[in-house]
This record gives sequence, C-alpha cells and structure tokens, in this order.
Amino acid sequence: MITDGVRVDGRKLDELRPTKIEVGVLERADGSAYLEVGGNKIIAGVYGPRESYIRRLLEPNTGVIRCRYNMAPFSVDDRKRPGPDRRSSEISKITADALRPSLMLENYPRSMVDVFIEVIEAEGGTRCAGITAASVALADAGIPMTDIVVACAAGKVDGEIVLDLSEKEDKEGEADLPIAIMPRTGEVTLLQSDGNLSEEEFSKALDLAIDGCMQISEIQKEALKNKYLESME
Amino acid sequence: MKIIPEITKESIKDLIGNNQREDGRTIDQYRDISIETDIISKAEGSAKVKIGGTKVIAGIKLQVGAPYPDNPNLGVLMTNCEMVPIADPTFEVGPPNEESIELARVVDRGIRESKMVDLEKLCVEEGNHVWMIFIDLHVLDNCGNLFDACELAVTAALNSTKLPTASIGDDGLVIDKENTFDLPLNEKVVMSTFVKIGSEMVIDPSLMEEDVSDGRLNIGVTEKGLVCSMQKGGMGPLNKKEILDCVNIAISKSSELLNLIK
Amino acid sequence: MIYVDNKDFVIPGEVLADDDFYSDRGTFKESGKICSSLIGLISIRNKKIRVIPLKSKYIPKKGEVVIGKIEDVKFSMWDVNINSPYSAFLPAFEVFKREKRELSKVYDVGDVLFLKVLDVDEVKKVKLGLKGRGMGKFKEGIIVNITPTKVPRLIGKKGSMINMIKDKTNCNIIVGQNGLVWVKGEKEMEQLTKNIIELIEAEAHTSGLTDRIKNKLNSILGVDDEDEFAFFDDETDELEKPRLQNFKDELKIEEEDDFSE
Repeated sequence: MITDGVRVDGRKLDELRPTKIEVGVLERADGSAYLEVGGNKIIAGVYGPRESYIRRLLEPNTGVIRCRYNMAPFSVDDRKRPGPDRRSSEISKITADALRPSLMLENYPRSMVDVFIEVIEAEGGTRCAGITAASVALADAGIPMTDIVVACAAGKVDGEIVLDLSEKEDKEGEADLPIAIMPRTGEVTLLQSDGNLSEEEFSKALDLAIDGCMQISEIQKEALKNKYLESME
Repeated sequence: MKIIPEITKESIKDLIGNNQREDGRTIDQYRDISIETDIISKAEGSAKVKIGGTKVIAGIKLQVGAPYPDNPNLGVLMTNCEMVPIADPTFEVGPPNEESIELARVVDRGIRESKMVDLEKLCVEEGNHVWMIFIDLHVLDNCGNLFDACELAVTAALNSTKLPTASIGDDGLVIDKENTFDLPLNEKVVMSTFVKIGSEMVIDPSLMEEDVSDGRLNIGVTEKGLVCSMQKGGMGPLNKKEILDCVNIAISKSSELLNLIK
Repeated sequence: MIYVDNKDFVIPGEVLADDDFYSDRGTFKESGKICSSLIGLISIRNKKIRVIPLKSKYIPKKGEVVIGKIEDVKFSMWDVNINSPYSAFLPAFEVFKREKRELSKVYDVGDVLFLKVLDVDEVKKVKLGLKGRGMGKFKEGIIVNITPTKVPRLIGKKGSMINMIKDKTNCNIIVGQNGLVWVKGEKEMEQLTKNIIELIEAEAHTSGLTDRIKNKLNSILGVDDEDEFAFFDDETDELEKPRLQNFKDELKIEEEDDFSE
C-alpha cells in the first residue's frame, strides 16, 4: 500500500485528501455546510435553538444538542438499507459529544439544537467529515460557540503512520484513530481508535491527526469568511 | 399542524387572481431549474435537481437478484424516498411517513407505467437472475414541489445510469464492472404539479403556495406527449375543466422540462 | 493589544483582544483573551468589544414588541407563535379583563397580531399583552420574515431606513423585534416593499445601504429626488438597536376597534 513514502492515491504519509467546504448551501436549515474530502460528500444542516416537544430531553439551565448521522442508500458500494443502524446510532452519539463542548447554549435553556448530517457519498472517514461540516453549519446558524470543532483521522497502514485514511486504507490498514479537537485550545472532543498501535505509534498518530485537524480548521475558517465576503459583493 | 396566517392566505389568493405570484412568476411559470448528473461515483446513476430552492438527489444502485415469479424475464424496479429532517423543520426522524411514500409511489408510477426502463433487457437468466434497479430519492431542501423535482431527478439519473455487463459463465453469474453500457430506456418522463389556489391552478407551487392550496394534481407526461401517471392530492376537489386545462399545460410544458435532461 | 477593527468579520473562537479590553455581547473571555462566540461584525466602543451577530434566533425580552400568530385557542388564553425557541401566550385577561367572552370569536387560529412581551418567566414561558399604540390584530397586508438580528438595520438610524421605504412606497410597515414585518398598502407596493426588505436582509452588513436602497426604489418607481435623504448618515451607529421609544413612535395602524363596543 505504500511505496517509497507514497500512498496508493499518490499522497505523502502526512498529506490530507483534497478538501473543500461550502457554507450556507440549504435554504430551509438555519445553518448548513457542504464538505468534500477525497470521495466523501457530506451535507450538514442545523435547526435551532428551537422548541422541542421531547420534554424528557430538555434541560432547565441550558440548551441541548441532538445529532443524526445518516447515510444515503446510494452513498456506498452496496446499497445501504435506509434508516438507522447500530453504526450510525453510535456515530450520531459521539458526534453530539464531540460538538457539545464548543457550544454556549446557556442562553437558550429548555431549547434544542438539531444537527443533521447526510452522507451523500462515502469514501472513508465520514464521521470526521461529518463533525467538521456540522461545526461549520452550527457557526452558520449563529449558535454561540467557543470554537469551531474540527475532526480528522490518522492511522497505521503498511506499518507506517499516515494521515487521513482513504476508504481502501481504512479497510486494509492496521489501525484507525479518528479525533476531533477545538483548535484554539487543542482540547480533544472525540477520540476513537481501532487496530493495534504501540504507545509510540499512538503518540505519533495523535500528533499527526492534530496536525491534520489544524490544516482543516483553516479551510473551515476560509469557507465561513468566503460566504460572508461573497454576500458583500 | 402547520398554521398559515389568514392574511397570508388572502394575499397569495389575491395575487394569483391577478396572475401574479409572491416570487414574481406568472401562474404557468416554473422557477429556475438546474440538473447535474453523475454526481455520485459510487452510484451507477445519479442526479441532483434544483427547482428554485428545492433540492433533491436521486441515486441509482444496481444489483443482480431473483425476478418476481410472475415476470421471470423482467428486471425489477424499486423506488424509495427519504424526506430526511435536514430538508424541512417539520420533517421528522423515523421510517417513511405517508407523504414520502406517496411521493415515491407517484414518481415510481410515472417511470413504471411509461415503460421508461426496458425491463426485458435487464434479464440475465430467465427465472434466476435479473437486474434490480434501486432508485433512492434523498430530499435535501424542501422549498415546495418535491414531486416534479423528484421525477426530474429520477429520469435524469436513469438516463445517466451505466449498467455493468452480466453473463452466466461456468461458475454461475459473472459481473463485469469494467464494461458498461447505457441503461436501456424506451422513454423519458417528466412531471408537472399544479395546486389549486382560489379558482386558479398554479404550476410548480412554492412551499407557501402548497401550504395555502386546496388541492393538488400531479401529471406525468412521456416524451411522446402521453399522460402516463396522475395523482390528485390534497383535501379540496377539482372540477373537470381544471383537470383538462392542467393536462393541456402539462403536455406543453413537458418538452421544456425534457430539454433539461441531456 | 487588539487584533481586530470595527466592522471586521469574525468567526467563533477567533481571538479578538488581550486583557486590557472588555468582553461584551457576542464575546467571551478565556485565559486572558477576548474571543468571539459568533459569526458577526466587530463593534468596539470605550474598550468594550462586541460581536454583532449575522444570524440569531429571537429571544424574547420584557417590553419588546413582536408580531405573533395565533396557533391555538384554549380555555383562558391564546397560544401564540412568536418565531422564537420559546412559545408565548396571550391570557384572556389581558384582552377582556373580567368580562366573559368566547375567545375564538375575538382572535382565532391563523390571526396575526401586534403584541408586547409583558413577561418571560423562569421556565421561559412568554406572556404577551396588547397594551400599547396600534396593538391588536392585523387586517389584510402581508407578512415578511427577516433575521431578528437584522431588525435594527431595517429600521435604520432613528428610523431612517424604514421611514424612507414607507415614504416611497406609501405602505404601512410595522416591524416586530422577532423579525416579522407587516406591510400594507397597494398590492404592487406591498410586493415591492417585500422585495426591498429581503434585499436589506441580504445586504444588511454592507455600508451605504440606505442610499442604495433609496436609489433602487427611485429607479423602480421612476422618481428622482437627489439629496432629499442625503442627510441620513449610513455609517457606524446604524447597527445599534434603536431605542424602543423612537421606534414605537413610527408605528401607526388603524386602531383595533373590536372592543370599543
């Protein structure tokens, strides 16, 4: 999978896939973002803070966030049956957990912020792509936040620690370490790992993933500023 | 239950009575339409359609499977629609509701009854292996008239679909994804949707117009100009003249819509 | 040390200044730094840094005026949608005092009213009233939606924008703090006003807006009145929320006569 430090798709070990973010792509949602990273195509939309009819989810002192990660049936090689499964339920939960620390919902007690992530096409790393897009959509919705959360994975392929695994690398590689951070403070809000890594490899992969996050963070900021500048013209 | 202000209902009716609409169109005018095809490389066919602010994606997935026993030599067509909650604040998480099932079935009927896809050519081995076509609609932004957007997306997606070569070898089924050909189509279908507001039938309703309307009429029209599927929806009744007038307009609009599909 | 200028566009998490400044709305302080919590524009005044949000939901406050839609009629109150995460109600007592009347005969589902926020309680229930000039039910006209944060822009400095639009279009316009706007006039003028309001929404953060809107209206209406409105200063202050007092003076609608009997 790796020859002379070059990966199957021609990338260097520490190189991200081409990444593109567009802000405000939906009319009905309060905030939205479209993200492409490699072959992934993701749309995130945010509604809220809004009144919720699910009383048991509400909190008296703060607003709450609810996420739904969903894959379109045509987004993967073998058609996916529509509707939630165990994988998407888990991703929905950890996405909410990854975004929550950045949100300042104290001024919106008893309200709900809904984040919807639609995977239009999947090519490895959709959970990270979803979080990256969702955080931009939250900012676009005017939700107060301490930072824009960004996510990226590192992993081990062919014995090497590499950044931003493609679908093929994820399937055939030895380990995958998706993380999300708040880039201003560097605090980690998502951390998963599957596959075997030595302590040294883990530490190297974590550093590499953080470095990837910082690069994507710049693309997020650029995208938000671009939308604003466009509307100035 | 969505509550529309009475004064909004009145003002929209007033405008339409004068052949005007809140977005500046005339009553027989579509919003701007754009179609992009082949947007999903993992799907054998795909299209994204925008009508005004409405956005839908259709994806086509193919699979070889067993035919229905009563049609052992025909391919199988299945249409599903997800009105996901990203598209509208009133859409809810959960299995397809009546609205999305009706939408999928009306769109499906246009495709099926016009014999748009040549299902006979999708037979690999009679009685055992036929191509199954999964049409999945993903509604992303609901600004009104999902029906026409979905039908257009499906027609454009099917029109862009590449079918792998399937054959029966010594060890059974062989699928060659390298050698593809265009999905065999007999026809193309487009749909025009009208809603009744006051005493007028209005084409391509915006969301607000849908909300204040009394009745709805979907008309699917083939390339040959034949009406291939219809559905009357909504609570209000329609009279014969209204229906005939809509059929007439739908047929004349169909070439405009078909021209958008390359 | 400060890292931004007035009217700079900022995003959440962006560091705006060090400790020698004060953190105002739309910002927060963390480890000696003032950071933005929103996408919006910077406003610096007397060492106070604020971020004026581009988008935000309406959070009702006591004393504000809103436009609301009746969504349900209950035994002793109306449920009112005020375009907010929090639902509101209009108690029958605020309308009838002690008199017994059938609620739906007065205001029914789908009616749109101009109301005042009387109170927001600890569970965020919003109590509305009708005491005030022009309060009550709208008859005819259209409703236009804008982002609540752009209401000050639509009104303009001391009403400059809204008065100019009223003057040109001859429409009655009432702006609720919750982003709902009621417009009534000739049908064509209502639609023109709606388009103009939508344009202001789209370009709210640009400068020289009042002049551009005026020119646009002039060219559509085919009038030419050079300099008539040139004294309106379109800079800096316009993003401020106008004092309710000034704003209320601008509001005129036919007095609600349902209860004069």
